[in-house]
Amino acid sequence: MLRFITLRLLQAIPVILVVITVTFFLVRIAPGGPFDSEKPVTREVKAALEAQYKLDLPLFQQYTSYLGDLAQGDLGPSFKYPGRSVNELIAAGFPVTAELGFYALLVAVGIGGLAGVIAALKPNTAQDYIPMSLAMIGICMPSFLLGPLLVLVFGIHLDWLPVSGWGDIPGDKILPSITLGAGYAAYIARLGRAGMLEVLSQDYIRTARAKGLPEWQVVLKHSLRGGLIPVVAFLGPAFAGLLAGSFVVETIFQIPGLGRFYVQAAFNRDYTMILGTTVFLSVLIVLFNLLSDVLAAWMNPRLRAQFGH
Amino acid sequence: MNTQTINDIAQAEQGTSLWKDAWLRLRKNHLAVFGLVTLVLFIVIALLTPWIAPYSYQAQNLELGASPPSAAHWLGTDIFGRDLMTQIMYGGRISLAVGFVATTVALLIGVTWGAVAGYVGGRADAVMMRLVDILYALPFMIFIVLLTVVFGRNMLLLFLAIGAVEWLTMARIMRGQVQSLRQQEFVEAAISLGLSPATLIRRHLVPNALGPIIVYTTLTIPNVMLLEAFLSFLGLGIQPPQTSWGLLISYGAETMEEYPWLLIFPGLALTLTLFSLNFLGDGLRDALDVRGAKD
Amino acid sequence: MQPIISRFLLVVAAVILLAACSGGETNVASGNRLGILHFGNGSEPQGLDPHVVTGVPENKIIRALFEGLAVKNPYTLEPEPGVAQSWDISEDGRVITFHINPEAKWSNGDPMRASDYVWSWQRLLSPALGGEYAYMLYPLANAQAFHKGEITDFNEVGVKALDDHTLQVTLDERTPYFIQLMDHYSTFAVHPPTIEKFGKATDRYTPWTRVENIVSNGAFRLKKWELNRRIELEKSDTYWDRDKVRLNGIIYYPTENVVSEERMFRVGQLHYTNSVPLGKIPVYKEMPDSPYMQEPYLGTYYYLLNTLVPPTDNLNVRKALSMAVDRDKLNATVLKGTNISAYSITPPDTLGYYPPRLFSYDPERARALLAEAGYPDGKGWPGLELTYNTSEDHRKIAVALQQMWKDVLNIEVTLTNQEWKVYLDSITNMHFQIARRGWIGDYVDPNNFLDLFLTGGGNNNTGFADPRYDEMILKKAPRAVTKEERFAVFHEAETLLMEQMPIIPVYTYTSKHLIHPSVQGLPPNLMDSLNLKYVWLEDIEQATETDD
Repeated sequence: MLRFITLRLLQAIPVILVVITVTFFLVRIAPGGPFDSEKPVTREVKAALEAQYKLDLPLFQQYTSYLGDLAQGDLGPSFKYPGRSVNELIAAGFPVTAELGFYALLVAVGIGGLAGVIAALKPNTAQDYIPMSLAMIGICMPSFLLGPLLVLVFGIHLDWLPVSGWGDIPGDKILPSITLGAGYAAYIARLGRAGMLEVLSQDYIRTARAKGLPEWQVVLKHSLRGGLIPVVAFLGPAFAGLLAGSFVVETIFQIPGLGRFYVQAAFNRDYTMILGTTVFLSVLIVLFNLLSDVLAAWMNPRLRAQFGH
Repeated sequence: MNTQTINDIAQAEQGTSLWKDAWLRLRKNHLAVFGLVTLVLFIVIALLTPWIAPYSYQAQNLELGASPPSAAHWLGTDIFGRDLMTQIMYGGRISLAVGFVATTVALLIGVTWGAVAGYVGGRADAVMMRLVDILYALPFMIFIVLLTVVFGRNMLLLFLAIGAVEWLTMARIMRGQVQSLRQQEFVEAAISLGLSPATLIRRHLVPNALGPIIVYTTLTIPNVMLLEAFLSFLGLGIQPPQTSWGLLISYGAETMEEYPWLLIFPGLALTLTLFSLNFLGDGLRDALDVRGAKD
Repeated sequence: MQPIISRFLLVVAAVILLAACSGGETNVASGNRLGILHFGNGSEPQGLDPHVVTGVPENKIIRALFEGLAVKNPYTLEPEPGVAQSWDISEDGRVITFHINPEAKWSNGDPMRASDYVWSWQRLLSPALGGEYAYMLYPLANAQAFHKGEITDFNEVGVKALDDHTLQVTLDERTPYFIQLMDHYSTFAVHPPTIEKFGKATDRYTPWTRVENIVSNGAFRLKKWELNRRIELEKSDTYWDRDKVRLNGIIYYPTENVVSEERMFRVGQLHYTNSVPLGKIPVYKEMPDSPYMQEPYLGTYYYLLNTLVPPTDNLNVRKALSMAVDRDKLNATVLKGTNISAYSITPPDTLGYYPPRLFSYDPERARALLAEAGYPDGKGWPGLELTYNTSEDHRKIAVALQQMWKDVLNIEVTLTNQEWKVYLDSITNMHFQIARRGWIGDYVDPNNFLDLFLTGGGNNNTGFADPRYDEMILKKAPRAVTKEERFAVFHEAETLLMEQMPIIPVYTYTSKHLIHPSVQGLPPNLMDSLNLKYVWLEDIEQATETDD
């Protein structure tokens, strides 16, 4: 197992390097630069700006110097926010987004997992249809729709919860977490149900049932592990996607997270910020995909044997 | 030569009976039939829209503006005074096309990629899955913007762009399934019988991983319809006065308090499609699941 | 399983209720009690360095933190004393002497000196800084040459500190709006020792504007800056006119999403919103004691016509397109009556100037012109592409116009939306046929709109070029002695411009805000210009907005 993890971490280096290289050149080809604005600046001003940020150097030299700085952990200055470094912006935004993502994941796994398992136990009955229908509504409700709806109901008409903010007023974390988690809950419920059904029809489960084991034991001890493998495969990229995709929720609820920076950096052509957030995100993706693979292996007894040698 | 022919015959026989059985089982599942009928109905409406739509989708009546459902406009009108039902019908053409085509692209790439990686394993698996990681990490928006600039507005590109992102998770799920299936006795038996890997994947691994794949596919279609709206905002998708369900929903969301019908009806169309897809998907899964069917 | 689910739901409900009960006083209520204004500011500012940043949200914070030599009276927009207690203008209008208030101090207690201005203006005009608003100081003698690097000795530029309290400015030409420019943040003074402590004067990338470092001279000073969350200002005790300042503090929120901002306002989290969603305007307008404030704004929304490519290179086509647009109908329906129909580039009543009006909505004439251009009833029309940057409101207008052109002229126009930077790229390189554009004035003067269309100007983007026009704007107008003479020149130039129709004016902007009734001393004006030092909060016992 340890060897597997080490190997994967070593593989992460070329992955991230490729991501950096492709992104670096991709953003330079994209039309519009960081200093284009509605009131265009004169050629002289633009040249001065580019000189300040070393954009006047040959592209390849910029690339190598970026890699050099990166090796020392320096992601460079932001172009959009003069006086701020990318490190600083990420440090300000990430804890908030991570917290939001974590709660959203709790919502997603808690509600989605439960609904999926419950539904799979009695397929094609009310116990199946009701949680699954709820889950599907979760998918039909993209966050740009669910967020404002929740705000209207709980924030404005019932006046129970704050309509915006993060950690400013007690309770302001509830609606954003639900909004972000709901879509994922739906996926997890559906995937969990399908995976559980698959497992519950396997021979060894029949054997367990035939032996007269109580149903909860059959579910918890024998089926849950195997049944949730598709969920776990989904969770790795889902968590990373949660972080990148929190932009909409962060905008609706005025949350000072990384998602807003990530998306706006692309709109602003803030080269260093795009690269910085992308590098950061790719590290997360590699880690979470690894985590999800390890989990899947642990859940699958047959695969576990592989890691032995 | 001889074994080849036998194989072919066996395959053909198995094929027809498998599908016939499945169809018989599917017909007994009322929800699945409901899903199938609704989807077919939607597709037929979409195909016939230019002839059966009650109004022109372009003609505006600015003085009328947004009006709630009435006898003249069953689903009301939008802020330009255009008939909402007509908008939804035309929007369905785009959304259904995008949903099905882009998802098929994603399905084909994702399932093949994941199955091969999971089956072959080892170094090839590592390279293939790391490539997936790389694609996850690249900034999607910049990629889209570049596509629009280099190629202009193009429906084909829209399908490709959506397919290009949606296949990644599909591949991961497929790979996980194949990895766990590969260790099972019947697969080992098949290998020892000397089945070629391609046949093995096609005939044993993919069908046995069908459950999660069908589910994920049915989930991807509505997602893709909404993604299309986002790409349209970035300038890749469709252009006004053309419309789609995703766009109608996002416009409707902005004025959900003032003109709720602009959100409710397009939302209903999308929800109905999703429910139908899922009922059908579940029905298909149950119908194709040989082991489950023995119960 | 059933009892488990219902128990789970009960727990969730309990948690939500518990959280809800802990709420209480709204921001507005506590703000009114403590004298703190809760201000929706649209977005996170790029920064707070007056010479480096550009943009409206930045402006609204910087103007509270810093003060210019002269400020605008928020009621009349006439200049009134700021850092300078008075100023003298020479007979020929070319020499202005500012007398700096001896009481004017930096927030660290240092007195403000005339030399601070010389230093600050040198900073703004230094090519290496890349200050995007450096051209604001171009009326100064030799400023443009210095900024372009043609001269390197700043002593040659027309600004001198005669002593600590006297600043003398020499201009190239009479510039009636120069005093107004002193209220633009790019001409504000910054504290030289603070900037030099963190790097060179021309470094953009230093932390001098952080809470712990910044030194400013306005009615307020920076108290807290939480990225993307809030910026808090408190009343400054070193400000020369501090006795008049009635607010104890301001909290700015980066309210990026208009719809969310309106909801924050509705539940009493904001006193003031940066904007109002279009759909909500009719509802707010009809409220008794409406918090909705709308005022003409110094800006024009228009479409650029590329005069270098067919079919818009044909004057008759351009005129036909413009005359086929029913601006009043657009405004009354799609725009909910929120703007003012425009038929020229300069907004009406720009300090007493009214633009010429050469045409109206005229479908008959439009059709005749199109026929003259060779496309009778749209026959043989080669098609036309309209480019706009992605935005809900731009889309609505473009869709409505697309249909008007179809109805009146029977021609097809296709729409293309582009992401912001792609759109800017298309505009700059003139890769378009028709493109949406807006211009907001930096100072109240027709010159700020008319100099857009100088031959080869960076914001011209239409291919319009006429030496007579250039002559009028660059030579005749500055030499005019009286205001009437000057405006007559502008009127003639603008007539010349609109006869060629390189643009389709659509509407004059209005500023739109929701302002809580407790906010006092915040008059609407043409510049949407705030002077928060005059604002106070009156604790009114009412909560009409928070109840439903």
